[in-house]
This record gives sequence, C-alpha cells and structure tokens, in this order.
Amino acid sequence: MLGEFIQYLFSGLTNGAIYALVGLGFALIYNASHVINFAQGEFVMLGGMNTVFLMAAGLPMPVAIMLAVIITAIVGLALEKLAVEQTKNATVVTLIIITIGAGIFIRGAAQVMFDKSFHTLPPFSGDAPLNVLGATITPQTLWVLGITIVIVAALQWFFTRTLLGKAVLATSHNPLAARLVGVNVQFILLLSFGLSAALGAIGGVLITPISPTNFEVGIMLGVKGFSAAILGGLGSGFGAIAGGLILGLIEAYTAGYISSNYKDAMAFVVILLVLFFMPSGLFGKRGTDRV
Amino acid sequence: MSLLEVRNLSKEFGGVHAIDDLSFTINPGTIHSIIGPNGAGKTTLFNLVTGVYTPTSGEVLFQDEPVTGKKPYQLASRGMSRTFQNLQICMNMTALDNVMVGRHLHLNTRFLPSLFRLPFIVKGDKAAREMCTELMAMVGLEHYRDWDADSMPYGALKRLEIARALAAEPKLLLLDEPAAGLNDTESRELDEVIKKVARNGVTVVLVEHDMKMVMEISDHILVLDYGRKLAEGTPAEVRKNPDVIAAYLGNVA
Amino acid sequence: MMRAFLTPRFAGMLALALVIAVLPAVLQNNFQFDIAIRVAFNAIVVIGLNLLIGYTGQISLGHAGFLGLGGYFSAITVTTYGWPPAVAMVVAAVIVGALAFVIARPILRLKGHYLAMATLGLGIIVSIVLNQESWLTGGPDGMSVAPFSIGGYELTTQKQWYWVAGGLLLLATWLSLNLIDSPVGRALRAVHGSEVAAEVVGVDTTRFKVLVFVVSAVFASVVGSLSAHYVMFLSPVYAGFFHSVELVIMVVLGGMASTFGAIIGAAILTSLPQLLTVLEDYEHMIFGLIMMLVMIFLPKGIVPSLQGLLRRGTK
Repeated sequence: MLGEFIQYLFSGLTNGAIYALVGLGFALIYNASHVINFAQGEFVMLGGMNTVFLMAAGLPMPVAIMLAVIITAIVGLALEKLAVEQTKNATVVTLIIITIGAGIFIRGAAQVMFDKSFHTLPPFSGDAPLNVLGATITPQTLWVLGITIVIVAALQWFFTRTLLGKAVLATSHNPLAARLVGVNVQFILLLSFGLSAALGAIGGVLITPISPTNFEVGIMLGVKGFSAAILGGLGSGFGAIAGGLILGLIEAYTAGYISSNYKDAMAFVVILLVLFFMPSGLFGKRGTDRV
Repeated sequence: MSLLEVRNLSKEFGGVHAIDDLSFTINPGTIHSIIGPNGAGKTTLFNLVTGVYTPTSGEVLFQDEPVTGKKPYQLASRGMSRTFQNLQICMNMTALDNVMVGRHLHLNTRFLPSLFRLPFIVKGDKAAREMCTELMAMVGLEHYRDWDADSMPYGALKRLEIARALAAEPKLLLLDEPAAGLNDTESRELDEVIKKVARNGVTVVLVEHDMKMVMEISDHILVLDYGRKLAEGTPAEVRKNPDVIAAYLGNVA
Repeated sequence: MMRAFLTPRFAGMLALALVIAVLPAVLQNNFQFDIAIRVAFNAIVVIGLNLLIGYTGQISLGHAGFLGLGGYFSAITVTTYGWPPAVAMVVAAVIVGALAFVIARPILRLKGHYLAMATLGLGIIVSIVLNQESWLTGGPDGMSVAPFSIGGYELTTQKQWYWVAGGLLLLATWLSLNLIDSPVGRALRAVHGSEVAAEVVGVDTTRFKVLVFVVSAVFASVVGSLSAHYVMFLSPVYAGFFHSVELVIMVVLGGMASTFGAIIGAAILTSLPQLLTVLEDYEHMIFGLIMMLVMIFLPKGIVPSLQGLLRRGTK
C-alpha cells in the first residue's frame, strides 16, 4: 500500500520536475516579454534528440549532453533574434503565432535532420532498481530530481545575488523603468530565450532515459509546461515549479488509483478548478487595474 | 432632490485609506470641482462613485436611490457618465465609432435584430452617426471623424472621451482631469465646452489641477486631502480657506 | 443610391458570391472540390471564432471541442439512433449553445493567458472523453456517419455539398458583417478596446462576452454536424488540440477583426498543407517558416495588413 503510494510519488515528481523545467522556461520568457513561447516544448525534444544523435556519432555521453544543451540554447537565441526581435510593435497574439510557427518549423526540421522514431538514452548511472520505502525506483529518477533541485537553487542564486539576474527581475516587473535605468532589455530578452532553451534541453536529457523521445514529444510537453506555468501563476518562477510538480503528481495518482486514460483530463480539471477560485493561478500577481 | 450624495464613504487598499469617511452632496445643474494635492484620492473617489471600485464602507446615492456597489453599466443606465484620467479610448476603432459606443444605452442592442440587420437597427445607427458627428464638432473634432483612434493626438483623444461621455446623454458627467496635457488654448476651449454642456442641463463634476479653469467655471468646489474632505464652498470661499492654502502651499512655520 | 452598393461590405459579399459561383467551373477534380468544401466549412467556424477573438478580444484554444460535440452528437443520434439529420443538427446546436452559455460566465472572468489555458483545458477534456468512451463514439478509431438528408432528399454528391457549404458561407459572412456594423458589434469591439470604458457607457460586458462565446460555439457546432455528414466519418482528432490551434492560426493569419480575413485565413490554412505535400518531409518546416514570415511582415494578419498598405498608398 505504502509502496504503491511512494511509487506514484516518485513517478509524479519525476515527470513533474520536467514539467517544472518547461514551465520555468515559459515563466522566464513571459517575464521578459509577456510572450508565451509555444516552442518551449521543442527545446526539451531537441535536448534529448541531439544527445541521442551526437552519441550515435561517437561522442561520449557527457560531451554529447553539453553540446546538445548548447545547440538548443543557440536555437533559442536564434528564435529570439530572427523571429521575435523582427516584429516591431507586434501584439502578443502575433508573437504567440510566431512561436507556434517556430515550434512547427523546429519539429519539421527535427523530422528531417533526425528521424521519426523513438529514441532512448542510457541511464546516467545504470538501471539497478533501488528500494525506497517499499517503492521501486530507478537511479535516473534521483538524477532528475537532484539535478532539478540544483538548477532551481542555481537560478535562485542567479536572480537574487547577481546583478544580471536582478536586471532580469527588474525587466519582468517594469521593462520601461528597467530600460531607463540602463538595463539592456533587448539583451535580457535574448538571455531569457537562451536560458529557457537550455532549461528545456536539460529536462529533455534528464527524462529521455526514462521516457523515450521522438520528434513530436515537444507538443504535449509544451502544453503541460504551459499548464504548469499558468497553474502556478504566470510570471512566478516558483509558481511554475510548484505547478509542474503538482501536475506531475496529479497525473501519477490519477493514473495509479483511478484510470490512466483520464490522467491528463484530471490534470486539466484540477487546473480549471484552481483558476475558477484563483483567476491568477496559485501564486500569480493579483492586481487591480489602475484607471 | 440632490443628484449625487455620498455618505461616509471609505475605501481602503490594504491599510491605505484612499478615501476616509467622506460625505458630500451634488445638486443638479451645477458645475462642481474636486481638487486636492496628488494622492488626495480624487480619481479613487470617481472610481467609487462610478462603480469601478467597491467601497469598503459608506453609501452612494444617485437621485436619492442607493446605488452603492452597483456596476458601472448599471450606473450608466441611471444617467452617469465619465471620462478617465488615463485615457480609456478604444484604439481598435475609429474616432466616430468610439463616440457611437457612447450611444449604447440609447440604441437597440438586441442580438437577433442586429444579426439580421433589421431596418430599425440601420435607422438607429444613422441617427446615432449624425448625433455623434455633431458632438464631435461641439468638442472641436469635426475633421477627425473618420480617423483611426490610434493615429490621433493626445489632446484630441481627451476631447473624444468627452464626446463619448456626452453621447450617452447623461444627467451627471464626471470628468477626470480633462485638461491634463492640454496647452493654454486647448484648456480655454475646454472651459467653453464644459460651460456649454452645463448650460444644456448636464451636471458636471470635474477633477482638476488647473486652478485657473477650476476657479473660473465652478459653482462649487470640494477640496480633498489624504482621502478626507478638507474644505468645500464657492471658489471665493475656498480660495481664502487657510487649511486649503496650507495643504497646497505648505505651512509657513 | 449607387454609393450604397459600393460599400466595402457589399463589394466583399458580391466578390465572395462570384467566387463561389464561378469556382466549380475552375475546379478540376473531386479532390479540389473536397478542399473547397472544407475551406468553406472552416471559414464558417473561423468567422464565428473571429467574432470572439478578433472583435471581442477574447481567446479560445479549445474551439474544436464545440466542433467535436456538434459532430458527435449528430453522428451518434443519426447513425446509431436513427434521428433525422436536420433535427439532430439543430438539437446539437441548441445543446452546445446551452453548454457554452453555462461555462461562459465563469470562464470569461479569466483574462488573457489564463483564459487561453481554461479553454485549452476544456477542449482537451472534451477530446479525451470522446477518445475514451469508445462504446459511444467508436474511440480513437472513429465512427462512420450516415449521410445528411432532409425530408427524404439525401446529400451525397460533392456538387451538392459544395453549394450547401458555399451558401452557408455566404450566409455566415452576411450575418457576421451585419453584427459588426451594429450597436452590438460596436459593444463587442469596445469590450476589446477598453472594457472599463465600455462598462461606463452602459455596456454589460459580461453579457456581451457570453453572447459572442455562445454564437461562436453554435457556428462551430453546426459546422461540426455538417462536416460529419459530409465526410461520413468522424474521429476524436477532429475535436483535438491541434485542430483548435489550427483554427486560431486561421483567425490570426487571415486577420483578426476582419470577416473576410477569416475566410482568407481558412482558405490558406486549409489548402496550404495540400500544396506543400509535394515537399514531403520538408512540409512542416516550410509551413512553419511561412507562418513566421507572414506574421513578421504582416503582423495584423493578411487582410488588415493589405488594407492598411492600400490605404497608405492612396492617402
């Protein structure tokens, strides 16, 4: 009984951690630009797929991983520079459609450059199962959780202790004011895209040993990551993380105890209920408009 | 019968008393000004009276009917109309369409007749178009009629809001800093518009910083400071009030 | 008198009618007719969706759910229970409209991305239910649907469907243009432009948001029903997330707050994939690229951007 419960806890947190990383990516870009980057899920796909193919080309795993994350980050930067930055005075809706188009483009490119099959990566430290409180988990799960915690801590340090990080926060609160005190808002935007892409890629690398990747995985991951960011309250990095973990847990427990067919539906039902009572998400900014 | 009565109105924003136990009356047929230093709560007061904010306590009565907490569109149907300090123009529409939105309560807004473009809808729109064109001329915007709102200069947009508010044929017109951002000539033109509006029987309440305008056109002035009533009376009375002088000019220690 | 006929709305309707009337002479095979019919159906949905998104400034990322609900209601009642198709279609529209009415009020309290999320969630929930309840819907494999018939007259040939679809498109265009150019239409646009300004001139913004949400849902339901009878097959993918996103892309690409933009958007997005299949594996890359380029160079969508260029050219 307890074993089952713990089992679902771990699988929920593992998937949740990935959703959290994607959600964080959404939050970062949203904060810098009020744009929802619907290509976010594709960064996860690129992280996993690139690593697979780089390893197949003969590179050792750590090198392949680093290179994959860098390549994906560059894709993120390119997306910002070539697509987002080209639209002057575009409405948010226009930018959203551009990112949707970018997502389709990246998927199409992946289909051509890689292939349409499912691929997996070897687990980082073997797959000898561990027993925790009656639940059987793989070491990869611990890697996912551990690295996610490290990333979150690193980001926390970055945003509160470094000048650049604070500049990013300032831009998220008031871009005009930030620009007026000398913050290069354009650069912050570029940085946000690059960072989000890297986060997504890392998530992709972490999860592929557990859940095989393929050129289309980005779509649903993007939707889940967006859901995580909204559930937590758009604009709150902490909220995105909480949202992602909660989403993962709901899915795992619904699949385990109720029905695995309806796990996604249940997640959305919960989100709808939360939004009904808290229209700005769990930790979102609740403000009154000044007129 | 008073047109607008405010009794013991208070509004708190998490510990900040934006409006604190305020009471006053506005009689029909007058031009009323509300003045006070920045942060005195003037726009908050407008928002409370027009239903944009809900009071923490107190009452608002319109034509002796309690209307506290009613939504803005419900107050509009009773005869209240207003403009905004930070322009609220529909930039996705033309200037004329913006003013025509002001005719909303006077036009038939049933869905099916509109869907099938029944003749009386078309006729109503034609009459509304004529009236709104006249209103735009009255505020000096006749040659902006078919312009896109998002290409119009700030001063024109301020006057457009007034035209829109007038299109509703209100009994009570609340103008929130209508002269802000206008130069001297434009302000004097605005004076004339407000006086003309008042002559046509509309009661006008004005929030303003432009003292020249306020002293020149008001029948009655209410002075706010820190959300409370500091003084009220005719322009002459208020000008001489020592508390008012202190609030604006500072105490001579 | 002549001037009344040369208004943009009349000219546009006339052009549309002409295109619909003349197209059959140009179309060469069943495949092309099929695309034309599907363009017309999509255009009707997108016209309704545009009222919600382009004019009233709301968003719906789950509108295919209404398509699916209308479609499956017709499919199930007609094919499995023998209802007359026309009755089923009307009842479906009423039920979907009522459903939309019930969810509209709570959902439309949300703004922006939160509203997008809520509609996205609802759409996905609908498609999951349609997928899972295979005893009723045939599940992921879909179900076959009886053809549409009204009073004993059965619609089976492409030509017949073409005229039905084209005629309905003309009707939907007329209704949409009427609505926009009326006090109701101005109220909707005001809700988008400045909700608080609309409120203070007496617009019950909630009521109007609900109204346009229900109208767009009913448009979708009707098209869903008819599409099911036309294709004679229905699968849950029709109600899915991809389809919802496609519809929104049609609205934005064609041009928001433009009835004819909606039609252009539907036409382009329905026929483009067919044109691009020649590129095989590169189809999606090029499609994504086209989307990005159009939005970068014509940020207001195709029709409004072109209208803007024309106006600046003649000033």
